[in-house]
Order: sequence, then C-alpha cells, then structure tokens
Amino acid sequence: MIDLFKLLLGKKESSKDVAKERLKLVLIHDRSNVSPQFLEMVKSEIIKVIQNYMEIDEDSLDIQLTRTSSEDGERVVPALVANIPIKGMKNAGR
Amino acid sequence: MGEVIVITSGKGGVGKTTTTANIGTGLAVSGKKVVLVDTDIGLRNLDVVMGLENRIVYDLVDVVEKTCRLKQALIKDKRYDGLYLLPAAQTRDKNSVKPEQMIELCDELRQEFDYIIIDCPAGIEQGFKNAIAGADRAIVVTTPEVSAVRDADRIIGLLESQEIRNPRLIVNRVRADMVKRGDMMSIEDIVDILAIGLIGVVPDDEQIIISTNKGEPAVTDNKSMAGQAYRNITKRIMGEDVPLMDLNTSDGFLSKMKRLFGIKPA
Ligand SMILES: Nc1ncnc2c1ncn2[C@@H]1O[C@H](COP(=O)(O)OP(=O)(O)OP(=O)(O)O)[C@@H](O)[C@H]1O
Ligand SMILES: [Mg+2]
Repeated sequence: MIDLFKLLLGKKESSKDVAKERLKLVLIHDRSNVSPQFLEMVKSEIIKVIQNYMEIDEDSLDIQLTRTSSEDGERVVPALVANIPIKGMKNAGR
Repeated sequence: MGEVIVITSGKGGVGKTTTTANIGTGLAVSGKKVVLVDTDIGLRNLDVVMGLENRIVYDLVDVVEKTCRLKQALIKDKRYDGLYLLPAAQTRDKNSVKPEQMIELCDELRQEFDYIIIDCPAGIEQGFKNAIAGADRAIVVTTPEVSAVRDADRIIGLLESQEIRNPRLIVNRVRADMVKRGDMMSIEDIVDILAIGLIGVVPDDEQIIISTNKGEPAVTDNKSMAGQAYRNITKRIMGEDVPLMDLNTSDGFLSKMKRLFGIKPA
C-alpha cells in the first residue's frame, strides 16, 4: 500500500525498494514451485471458509498460482486463480 | 558427538568457501576440534583459501572409495591446533560421491571432531545433495542482491524438504554506506523476506581478499571488520549470545582511524 502511495505521489523509489518489491513478487511464484503442499494448504483453508456459506463441488475445485498482467497492463504479476463451482447456498449465507 | 554444519547458498560466489574457512578457523582458535570438508568436487578452493594446497595427497573421493583411510586424507593445519581439512577431488566429477557415502563419512567424523563444517558447491544438483546429506544444521549465505536472495530462498525450501530444519542466515558483503543511501537492501529487508534466523552479518571488506591472497583466514586478524564479524558468528555457533555488530559505528570508527592516519575516507 505504501508503495502504491509512493507511486501515486510520483516519489522516486530507492533502488532497494525496487529490489524488495521485485523479490517479493518473484518469490511468490518460486515458493509455490518448491512446495506443492503449500497450495494444498491454501486450498483446504479456502474450502473451509466457503463451506460455511455455500455448498461447493470439492472435486472439480481448481486453484492455481499463475501470472497475469497488472491493472495498468504494464507488468506481469503473480495471481491466485480459483475456480470453485457452487452447488447451492447454505442457510447461514441467505 | 560432533555437529555437522553445511555452508550453502544456491548462487555461486557469494562467500561459502570464505565463510567455511573463517568459521572453521574461528572454532579451532576457540579450542574446538574441527574438520573442514570441501565437497566442491572439480572446483576445489577451500585448500587455497586455507593456504593448505601444497599438502594434499588424498581427497574426499579417495576416502569414500576407500582408496585410503580417512586419517590419511585429513590435512592437519599446523598453525591452529585441532584444525583439519578434507580436500575435494579436483579431477573427478560430482557424481563420484553419493549421498549415502556422505552420511557414512559424516557419522565417522562426528566421532572424532566437535564440528564438521561442509563447504557446499553452488547449485542445487548432485553436489548440493551430497553436501547436505549428512548435515545436522545449515547456514545459508547470501549477499544483499535480488538474485542471491532469491536463490537462498530456494535453498531454504530444499533444506526444509530434506528435513534440515531452522537454517541460519549469513548476509555477506554488506556495505553500510549503500544501505544508508537506500541502494542496498538492509538486513531487516532480507530477514523479513527469507523469514529465517540471522546468525551474522559480514561487511564487504577488502581484508578478505588480502587474507585470501595469503591463505590466512581473516578471522584471526584483529584489525579486520569481516574478521570481527566471523569471530561473532563463531561464538553464536557455540551458543553464545553476541549482539550484532553495528556496521555503521564501525564504519565511523574506521573512517576516524583513517583520518587519524591521514587517509581520505572512502
Ligand atoms: N565479505 C567479503 N568482502 C569482500 N570480498 C569477499 C567477501 N566475501 C567473499 N568475498 C570474495 O568473493 C569471492 C567469492 O567468495 P567465495 O569463493 O567464498 O564464494 P563461494 O560461494 O564459495 O563461491 P563458489 O560458489 O564458486 O564456491 C572471493 O573472491 C572472495 O574473496
Ligand atoms: Mg566455494
């Protein structure tokens, strides 16, 4: 967020801030490759939360860490893409 | 029973061999019995950094292939009591050693030494796998650069998957002046990103090159800042609680000294 403000205000970023941002982004992708367990953990947590409100089709649920272009279309950023088919709403969700 | 510590990094040239030599010598000077094992087969360097290159007869591959006995291959460093080197083979390739053989070797060395310090080759292939196979602990060396930190992160993941828990971080070649003006990631930045415990910070210090020229590790040089950093790391390895040295104050001190001797501060 702070970095966003810096950008909006047109303040020049120091090269170490640039380095840090780039590192954080590249590591998001690297890390998901190192441990497949990571995505499984994320997946099961997401399922848990959503199941409080909806009935979902667990078997065809698909969660992937990929890349997408940023809002301004100028950079490639990591993105978590989830495809979660909903079977129905639970009472708590109505 | 001794402890096996592997010094690793992922990226090449960040200071693994320098770290191995200095930590090992530092531990020996503190009265421990230490053996340094060079696992960089084909690109051995620890022997020259230690100034022991002229005394090699047998090497790591000879030992695991049982061409010689372990004792015959260990080079005793005559300058420091209790310090030994097991050199890597220079004319063989990394596949000449298998992880199981390294585990067996480490078990044997544990009987004899307090600390077994393993210098790991760059990369994540066979040489890396061999180097970490018998290790109890790992020290990950990085420099404050994007590529080195990225590779360190990968190594940390791989160590974890090999059940070598809680690796410790050394940030090497830090330049306080560049950190101050925002052109180098700070220690906090790097620790924040890698999320492992810090065991030491070593400044970029020309004394390292001078001491490597001579084959005498900087850790024994009382005037060297990097030497002081390595002495601190050595104490932390032995379980002492030593505060991180303030690179800025020492920097001020150094420039004060330089001024005193009429040398223009860098
Ligand atoms: N703190 C330091 N200050 C200045 N120079 C340093 C420092 N640490 C290491 N160097 C220099 O950097 C170079 C690489 O160091 P070293 O050989 O220890 O790295 P390495 O990680 O073992 O490399 P490799 O991956 O090739 O095995 C050497 O020339 C060494 O003298
Ligand atoms: Mg080396």
